[in-house]
Amino acid sequence: MHPIRKQRLILVSLMVVLSSVAIGLVAFALRDNINLFYPPADVMAGKAPTDRTIRLGGMVVKGSIERSETELDTTFWVTDYEASVAVRYSGILPDLFAEGEGVVAEGMLDASGTLVATQVLAKHDENYMPPEVAAALEGKTAPAEGTALP
Amino acid sequence: MWSIIHKMGSPPWFFRFSGTLVRWLLPVTISLLLVGAFWGLLVAPPDFRQGNSYRIIYIHVPAAVVALAGYYVMALAGAVSLIWRIKMADITMRAAAPVGAVLTAIALVTGAIWGKPTWGAWWVWDARITSMLILFFLYLGVVALFQAYENKTAAARACAVLSLVGTVNIPIIYKSVDWWYSLHQPASIKFTGESAIDSSMLYPLLLMILAFYCLFALTVLLNMRADLVWAHRESSWLKQLAGGA
Repeated sequence: MHPIRKQRLILVSLMVVLSSVAIGLVAFALRDNINLFYPPADVMAGKAPTDRTIRLGGMVVKGSIERSETELDTTFWVTDYEASVAVRYSGILPDLFAEGEGVVAEGMLDASGTLVATQVLAKHDENYMPPEVAAALEGKTAPAEGTALP
Repeated sequence: MWSIIHKMGSPPWFFRFSGTLVRWLLPVTISLLLVGAFWGLLVAPPDFRQGNSYRIIYIHVPAAVVALAGYYVMALAGAVSLIWRIKMADITMRAAAPVGAVLTAIALVTGAIWGKPTWGAWWVWDARITSMLILFFLYLGVVALFQAYENKTAAARACAVLSLVGTVNIPIIYKSVDWWYSLHQPASIKFTGESAIDSSMLYPLLLMILAFYCLFALTVLLNMRADLVWAHRESSWLKQLAGGA
């Protein structure tokens, strides 16, 4: 290779590597801000701020959803299988919201450690399958509750 | 090997070669898109959780995948342009940018349309979605930067630097769902091990991804040819070709 081109090649490679390192370091430094939500374990450990709005993410504990008879109020527990946080929400829930499914709730923690949510989003997983396959899987190997991380 | 690369750099040779390629690629792309869309939208089964709304995956994922791959095409052309100063690389880079921008926009818009019924929100400032938005701005930046310069050689050099610096974003987009807590789900198609999407839904998806790759190649080639015609409008080889046709 011509020495000038070789020099340019080194320059271009350096540019790509150095800019990647720079942006990688920035992303690493800001990792707490890039995370969309706090898992319940972090909230219980006091890592989440209590004086401003936060997002909490995890799985809806099976059997924990309690709906009000007359209002849109719903309470449920969110878990990451290490700790659980109660959520209170008044409003319409997304279609995919269900027990044992992922959820991201936005709101503020009250004095009792309950998240008073202003928005609840359903977080679905990467699994896609036809209903028949899902039914067959459900019949055979329903996963034991609370054994695996999402 | 080197002779092909030298030939690729020659506008008359490339014009003729791409003409043949386009004639083949056009029917292939259209058939792949039709078969893939028919298979995905009508034949594939509905999802056990999302019902029929998941079918937007057959547009969303191919557009996003090719938007990411297209960026590497643009950045690689930028590197070639910087190192070897080949005009054809400048043209490739300029031609890929608007196509990539459109694909990224399609991925973002279909993602928002999909997000509303499934997540409950049009838009969330989640790592995947935000980094994808940055990709959109990078593509637009290259388009705008090229327009901003009167001197096209200087424009190509600036665009090459911008697209090369931007390559760091591609692995970030790809791994964002694994590195950080995000609302967007992790990848369903896995290169190693079993995919998290049933094969009856996976095959049409792979076909659509292939179709979108062809569509990208086709649009970029047509874009390059249009550029070549304009740049060489006074050249004898083009006049000869136009007269002979």
